[in-house]
Parts: sequence; C-alpha cells; structure tokens
Amino acid sequence: MLSKGLKRKREEEEEEEEEEEKEALAVDTWWLDSDHPAVAQAPPAVASSSLFDLSVLKLHHSLRQSEPDLRHLVLVVNTLRRIQASMVPTAALPPVPSLPAAPGMADSLLASSDAALSASMASLLEDLSHIEGLSQAPQPLAEEGPQGRPIGGAPPSLGSLDLLDPATGCLLDDGLEGLFEDIDTSMYDSELWAPASEGLKPGPEDGSGKEDTPELKETELKDTELDYLMDVLVGTQALERPPGPGR
Amino acid sequence: MPSHRVPSEADVISTVEFNHTGELLATGDKGGRVVIFQREPESKNAPHSQGEYDVYSTFQSHEPEFDYLKSLEIEEKINKIKWLPQQNAAHSLLSTNDKTIKLWKITERDKRPEGYNLKDEEGKLKDLSTVTSLQVPVLKPMDLMVEVSPRRVFANGHTYHINSISVNSDCETYMSADDLRINLWHLAITDRSFNIVDIKPANMEDLTEVITASEFHPHHCNLFVYSSSKGSLRLCDMRAAALCDKHSKLFEEPEDPSNRSFFSEIISSVSDVKFSHSGRYMLTRDYLTVKVWDLNMEARPIETYQVHDYLRSKLCSLYENDCIFDKFECAWNGSDSVIMTGAYNNFFRMFDRNTKRDVTLEASRESSKPRAVLKPRRVCVGGKRRRDDISVDSLDFTRKILHTAWHPAENIIAVAAANNLYIFQDKVNSETH
Repeated sequence: MLSKGLKRKREEEEEEEEEEEKEALAVDTWWLDSDHPAVAQAPPAVASSSLFDLSVLKLHHSLRQSEPDLRHLVLVVNTLRRIQASMVPTAALPPVPSLPAAPGMADSLLASSDAALSASMASLLEDLSHIEGLSQAPQPLAEEGPQGRPIGGAPPSLGSLDLLDPATGCLLDDGLEGLFEDIDTSMYDSELWAPASEGLKPGPEDGSGKEDTPELKETELKDTELDYLMDVLVGTQALERPPGPGR
Repeated sequence: MPSHRVPSEADVISTVEFNHTGELLATGDKGGRVVIFQREPESKNAPHSQGEYDVYSTFQSHEPEFDYLKSLEIEEKINKIKWLPQQNAAHSLLSTNDKTIKLWKITERDKRPEGYNLKDEEGKLKDLSTVTSLQVPVLKPMDLMVEVSPRRVFANGHTYHINSISVNSDCETYMSADDLRINLWHLAITDRSFNIVDIKPANMEDLTEVITASEFHPHHCNLFVYSSSKGSLRLCDMRAAALCDKHSKLFEEPEDPSNRSFFSEIISSVSDVKFSHSGRYMLTRDYLTVKVWDLNMEARPIETYQVHDYLRSKLCSLYENDCIFDKFECAWNGSDSVIMTGAYNNFFRMFDRNTKRDVTLEASRESSKPRAVLKPRRVCVGGKRRRDDISVDSLDFTRKILHTAWHPAENIIAVAAANNLYIFQDKVNSETH
C-alpha cells in the first residue's frame, strides 16, 4: 500500500526555486527548436540537455507528491515528449512513455497501477539510456557561442558525466540510476493490484488486461480479500459473506 | 476581516465572487474561510462613503480533512464560490475545496420573540404555578445578526481536484468539474450526482489532456462549456446525450507557426472561461492572452488581447520557476464591453473592446490610498523608458493577481492580491459606461 500517513510535503527544490524567482529572467534562446526563425543561422538546434533534465526533474517532483497536480503533470509530460522528440529526431526511439499512473490518481478507493507506474518508469529509464547510448556527452561550458548554446552540435545526452543528482546537485557516480534515488521504491515492492473498474463509463473495460504481469493471478486472491475489507470499511457490503479461499 | 491577526499563508485569498445584484461580495481563502462583504447603501449624509463594502459575515466553510484510505491530506482551500440567485430573504452560495461542495444559507435576524409563556427571559423553564395568564410572544427588534448555516454537503463526487462549479440558469441544478470529469447535481440532492463529461482514458498512461474550467450558459440551461489544458473549448448540449462526451462545438485556434516553442502547449492551456452576460461570447484566459470567442465561430477567437507579451521570450525561465503554470482568471464588465484579467507584480489589465484601448493598473497599498485615483502603469521592454515605467526584469513574479471579479452592473471591481482584497470603483466614467 502507499506509505501510510504520508502528507503532501514541500520539496526543498521548490523553496530553492522560489528564491530564484527574484533574479531577473534571462531572455532564453538556447532552448529553441530548429524551426524557430531566430536560429536560422545557428547550427541545427535541439533542446539542450538542461531543459530535458529540468523537465525530468519536474516530472519526478510531480510524481513524488502524494496526490500529484494532474494538470501540471500532464503538461510536463507533454513538454518532455516534445523536447525528447527534438533531441533525437532521426533515431527510431521507442515511443515516449505515456503518463505514468502515479499512486494516488487511482479512480477507486484502492491504490492501483503500481505495476503500470513501474512499467512506465522502466520504459522512461530505457528511453533515457537509449539517448545516452546514441550520442556523446558535450562539454556544456567550454564551447558556448554568443547565445549560450553549445556549438559542438552534438546532441545533448545524459552521459554520466553530466548527470546531477536532483536533490543534492552533486554529480552522480552511478549515472542514470542515481536520478531515481530519491524515489520511494517501497511502492514498487508492494503487491501488484489489478486496477479496479469504475463502472462509470459504458464500453469495454479492460482493466485486468492492462498488466501482463505473471503476478496478476497471485494477486487476484489478495485483491478480492482487500476488496472485501474496503467494502466493509465503507459499509456498502457489510452483510455479504466473505469470498471463499478457492476463489 | 480580523485586523489583529498576523497575515499568514491561510489568509491568502483563493477566490472572489460578486452575487447577482452586486450587493454582496464573497471571498474564500486557503484556510477554508469565507468572508462576505456587503455594500453599504449610499447615503446623502455621508457622500464620501458611497456604497463601500464592509464585512458582513465570516465563517469557516471547509476544514482540512484526511483521506484515510489514500493516506492523503485534503486541502481546505476554497477553490471557488458561486452565488445562487436570490429567491427569498436569505442568500445562498456554493463553496468548494478540492473534493467537497457545500451549500451555505445566509440569513439575517433583527428581531427576537419576547414574552414566552413557559420560559423566562433567560430561557429557563418557569415554575408553572406562577403562570396565571397566557400571553402572545411579541417580536422585538434586536441588533442585526447574520447567521450562516450549511444546508447541503455534496461529498464523494470527485476523485480528482475540483476546479470549477457553476449554477445552472434553471436554479435547480449545478455542475462541478475536476481534472477529468464533470458532474451534474441537483441542489436538493446530495447523495447522488450525474456524470456528464468523462475524459479519463481507459489507461491512465494515455492521459494527455485535462479539464481546466467549465461554466453553464447564462440563459440556455442545456448548454455548458469546458476548457482543456490543450487550449480547446468544448460546448456541450445536455439534451443531446446523457454523457456529453461528444461536444456540440469545438473551439480551437490553430497554433501560430512563428510562435512555436516547446512551451506552446503549456501557454495555450486555458486557465479560465467565462460566458459574456449576453451569452453570445466566451472569454478565455491562457498564459499570455485573453481571447473573446463568438459562439457561432469555432475556428478562431474574434478578438485576442496580449496581457504580457514581453514574457514570451522568457518562457524557459518561467517554466523553471513554475510561474508558467499559474492560473489567471478573467472577467467581463456588466455590459460586456470591457474585460479584465490579472498579471504579475500585482498588475491587472483591462481591455476596452470598443475603443481597443487597454490599461495596466496596480493593486498595492502604496498606490491605493482610499479615494485616490489609480495611476496607469507601464512595463517597458527596452527602448525609451519613462520615469515611472517598470522594466520587465524588475517585475516581481511572486506577486500575482490570479483572482478578479467585476460587479454585475456597475464599474466596481474586486482584485485579490495574496491576503489583501482591493475594491476599486470608477466614479468618473460611471455615467458613460
């Protein structure tokens, strides 16, 4: 289950960002994509790794909330997709992971889609390592042009040299894995639950088909037991007999 | 408003709303409190206090809750207040936080009965042997007391965070919208609601768009509009189907290719939508503009006004500090000729649709002495700078006007800046508008 008693907490990064707000906003052109007329004379521009990292950071921050702001999350994910698409335009990347179903966004009273979350995070990791494998790490400070964009022209990457730990700002020794260090992984270790169907919308409800995990059968039994417990708690089925062990 | 308390985060105003006559003005704050102001009748004896607003009632609408099943705290912050049309001596309003909507009834008591037979003046039972004759209790005047009571609690209708509520013109139903669903309620029934819009995908991983605001048409009780994070508006007709997944009309402006950026979608996200009083137009606010849409034209807005276009080149920094996600509201004046919205540095902007003139004003203690005339402000973006101009780099992005409201008939506006409420009245032009 979710970490019990977890309240929404302010991230330290949020407070740091608020302090940064007071600084003057810089005119930013270094992040522009190649279609922008202003960069016609510059080498084919792609989003710098900083913007990508920033978006990944925002995504993690959003997912770490016990109840993420759905609008913020969706907008960040969609922006991340655009950035990622521009970073490696020619390579055949696997599709950008869709919105991970973070715990707390479940429609039913039960936490759902822990498996979906770990699957999405796994594919996000996969994508990141693809990008890492395709390009070399540029030296961001050494070769900046007048507009502050790396002239080297090499697509930015998440080589381990550039990777900063989001919480401490220190370079990570273990590359991509460290990016997710702060994430509470206890949810991944918990039992996998099949998402419950809501019954609100007509149409095919393929809830149980979402997860192709072998653990599904094993959790079905626990699902129904927990279903029963939840129903008792909310008093909707207080009089029904509990399911038999053979179900 | 209590003047002795040190202002805190809980006092930050989160919504402002005039009632249908403009006599009452309600504010909600992050601490779950509602404060209602009442306009004093204009008196010949004191011409200076022409219709000023004073505190009428204060009450705690929502308390912080804990959802034990999800181990989540539910914020008590009031997201929206909507007044019901007044149908008797009492006033009613709906207030909502992220999850629960409440109907409050506000009544006045200025008389009390005296002369009971069985109770004495203090309410204690009389010794019956002392009662020798019957009397009819009479109503005697007393100091005005405003009583507020919760009449309905509409709970458990929303899994996601409620962003809008809107009372139907039929005065019997209202709708509430969260990120993915819109529900229709009957004002008298709390244990069930009807889901009329559901954009939740079968697989949450496919989610790319959320509902950001919604409103009923002011005259047609079957029509409502909702806006999305992708900048589109959907006008729906409840007569067409029970579940309004298919819109009657889709209002969407194609992306301007010369302004394309990674942040195009974020800045196109509509933060507020308001029907005009006439019902013929809609007003939307996205990050950089306000747009007027004609209900008969879906392809593009009929008018677009730049709120702070100088921020267009700074979107990355605003993305970094999350300001790009700020949700500004917008408002029409009573005659639908002027529109208003907030901005940063406690500035707010007004656009006259007829003259095409616009003005920037500031809501701050320094510039708002009572009865002083507000001085128009200007943001300079380089080039010639006048004396009182403020440069883009000096703007304070922590001071923002998100919530504004316009009196339904007169040129009176309410502007919320953090925990302060500013009420401005336009005396000079009140005859010409």
